[in-house]
Amino acid sequence: MSLASQLPALQVVVPMLTAPVLVLLRGASLAWAGATAASFMAFAIAVALTLEVQAGGTQVYEMGAWPAPFGIELRIDALNALVLLLTTGASALALLCGRESLARDIDEDRQPLFYAAWLIALAGLTGIAVTGDAFNVFVFMEISSLATYVIIAAGPDRRALTATFKYLIMGTVGATFYLIGVGLVYMMTGTLNFADMEARIAEVADQRPILVAAGFITVGLALKAAVFPLHVWLPNAYTHAPHIVTAFIAACSTKVAIYVLLRFDFFVFQGNLEGHVVQFAGFLAPLALLGIVVGSAVAVVEGNLKRLLAYSSVAQIGYILLGASFSSAAGLTAGVAHMFNHALAKGALFLAVAALAMRFKDLTLDGLAGAARSMPWTSAALVLAGASLVGIPGTAGFISKWLLLSAAFEQGALGIVSVVVVVISSLAAVVYVWRIVERLYFDEPAADVPSVQQEAPWLLLAGVWLAALANIYFGLVPGLPVGLSEAAADELLRHLP
Amino acid sequence: MELLGLFNYWVFAVLLMVGFYAVIAKPNMIKKLLGLAIFQAAVFLLYITMDKVEGGTAPIIQAGVDAIYSNPLPQVLILTAIVVGISTTALGLALVVRIHEAYGTIEEDETQQKDLEA
Repeated sequence: MSLASQLPALQVVVPMLTAPVLVLLRGASLAWAGATAASFMAFAIAVALTLEVQAGGTQVYEMGAWPAPFGIELRIDALNALVLLLTTGASALALLCGRESLARDIDEDRQPLFYAAWLIALAGLTGIAVTGDAFNVFVFMEISSLATYVIIAAGPDRRALTATFKYLIMGTVGATFYLIGVGLVYMMTGTLNFADMEARIAEVADQRPILVAAGFITVGLALKAAVFPLHVWLPNAYTHAPHIVTAFIAACSTKVAIYVLLRFDFFVFQGNLEGHVVQFAGFLAPLALLGIVVGSAVAVVEGNLKRLLAYSSVAQIGYILLGASFSSAAGLTAGVAHMFNHALAKGALFLAVAALAMRFKDLTLDGLAGAARSMPWTSAALVLAGASLVGIPGTAGFISKWLLLSAAFEQGALGIVSVVVVVISSLAAVVYVWRIVERLYFDEPAADVPSVQQEAPWLLLAGVWLAALANIYFGLVPGLPVGLSEAAADELLRHLP
Repeated sequence: MELLGLFNYWVFAVLLMVGFYAVIAKPNMIKKLLGLAIFQAAVFLLYITMDKVEGGTAPIIQAGVDAIYSNPLPQVLILTAIVVGISTTALGLALVVRIHEAYGTIEEDETQQKDLEA
């Protein structure tokens, strides 16, 4: 067996096995180097897998050479590849440029443990994205969640503790709901493999346990994905976590939950349950629209920069789900592409926030007044990423919003409402991004802030710019994410009647 | 007899709701975690119940014995879920210890009050 054929397993194994080694290393610099190297290796594996998927279609790997459905099957199609790319990419970039920011937030002797927890979170997230087994998803989901709670609570801010506690309670309830749903499906079909489940569920699709399972799984994953109104854990967790951690989890953790939601609802249930398309859209479309409106509205009036961006995330999750709830090829393509593009924009923005936090203690908009004078490069990158969040032509955000609007126009009445809401919320995005820009560029610095300030450390600045330029690059050359999204939408819709 | 035949499922539903109520309604964080543990235990019961095959015995294959076996898979699954549950509770309790160090209280409303004052 060649190494290349083992890539799907290595995707999870590399970060997972590096983590205990880091704990043994016991040196902050060594641990950072090890974690970054493992993240980059995971990213390289994700790139290799994406190339294989693009060339040869779905990749299947039998764990321990047990054939599915008896063994656990790893299964990677275009959707998985996209999720893998953004998860490992976010981790690699955040770790590479985040060292100095993390060193301020976390005690020197705790850093190896912190980096180990980070890698376990990464292993869990990639595990969810490679596996084709419903129970395996639950196990990896809890692995990643438990490690995520640890890294969110690792900072010096005591409010992070209560935020994490809330996240832990809601996350566990969500995962347990998912477990109940999987149990009910297993009861009726006797299988845990997604592909096998999809084939067998047709015989029992009219039975009530399957309907109940669909409900439990959808609600449970909506909790994990912070779908409005189940988002209440998100703003505090994002706001009080160490800045680099926020950049990492904002880019990928909710996206991975949305991935599982799409996988289950479309791949397993959609083609088999009578009227499921209508129920799915009827459940998620209003929540998505409300999430967009409420998230944007709160972001417009919010004064804390991190919390403002967190509420904007709630709105952006609404965009992704709105696209999915159209249940059309165009809508799903838009939703999946927005997963990728939003991760780019929010990752870049939170990295820029981390850079600002190196020099400014107070991250409210008032505290950052005039920051562009001392930190022109960071501010410029923040403006670029903000433009992508708004969806200005030439940036990645524009591509997916355009796809979403085109998909909405095909939808009749729901489509018109969606278009109106998306346009209003984009205007709201202009307002809240402008509020940031206005403070950074046009306001006088507060009197008590020392006037001689310098730019962020060059490595962090390079990372911020890399992320910001990625937004421009994927805005001008959107072939990769859009191509993968189209393939993913095809795969998800293949079983629809 | 339907009601009695589904006894385990009734217990599952009742335990689930008892746990869920504690998670939502109790401001004390230890009580919340207790509720969460009950909530998860209910799901363990659901899995354990579904593997029972009527007249089935322990799934140990012996030469010359032809028996009906209960399904061992859900038990294996729930073993994993129990480990996850323990880790969650342990992490939750560790968080409560740190919250107590930082705030001097483990009542959720009081920590919120202290955050507002700060």
